[in-house]
Amino acid sequence: MTFGDWISEPANWAFAVIALVVLFSGFRVVTAKNVVHAALYLVGALAGTAGLFLLLSAEFVAWTLVLVYIGAVVVLFLFGIMITRAPTGFDEGLDADHKAWPATLAAGVFVMMSWASIDAFGTELVVSIGVAVPTELIGESLLGRFVMPFEIVSFVLLAALIGGITLARRDLTPLEEEERASV
Amino acid sequence: MLLTQFLVVGAALFAMGVYGLLVRRNIVLILLSVELMLNAVNINLVAFESVLVSSEAIGHIFAIFVITVAAAEVGIGLAIVLMIFRNRKSANVDDLNLMRW
Repeated sequence: MTFGDWISEPANWAFAVIALVVLFSGFRVVTAKNVVHAALYLVGALAGTAGLFLLLSAEFVAWTLVLVYIGAVVVLFLFGIMITRAPTGFDEGLDADHKAWPATLAAGVFVMMSWASIDAFGTELVVSIGVAVPTELIGESLLGRFVMPFEIVSFVLLAALIGGITLARRDLTPLEEEERASV
Repeated sequence: MLLTQFLVVGAALFAMGVYGLLVRRNIVLILLSVELMLNAVNINLVAFESVLVSSEAIGHIFAIFVITVAAAEVGIGLAIVLMIFRNRKSANVDDLNLMRW
């Protein structure tokens, strides 16, 4: 398949635009000098990922990503940034001084993974473009074959909820405890 | 659409996550990098599902599980960051040298 063939397919235009958004936002997440900007660029990366999922006809996963990540996780991150009173302005001390070897390692990871996937799946085409995977199928699968992992993961969420509350709540000082007892 | 174009985007996101994980000093930003890496894995899972179409949408199910566990991880992670901040008045990993020999 030549580049001309590739670009003549309209779905690939959408892919190119979304992939550019994802890659730019992802790059800014790890390089932004402002903590809040980094968290907001994550929204761009995640929204772009949801777009890629829609291209791959995975509608349910795409909207789950939007709801759970953009709706909850990013808000939680912004909350964490505000409450730790991290410097919200531009800050030069956010990054470590050594950047050369992490960049080399990341480039190595990228080259290795892309080479492996191109080598293994060279011209494999994505099938069933535009035909959404029915949510019904996902629901039946979740409560059928995958009912045990489903229950376990819900238990993990419960444990995380209780653990989060236990970790984040502040123990009363003895003085405060006395005051509370006397009221 | 080729399968590899999605895999390459996933690999690039994962590499960015690795870079952020090693370079960032603020704990919240390190958690953000971890989210990027988990997201890259999700792209790969969904892309493979659209090639090796399974009757049970296994790729999508696994992506949903990854999203769930990532949400739990963020909750616990930020609670720990909060604890550390309360005790050390800092969210910088370089200051967390209590257990360093």
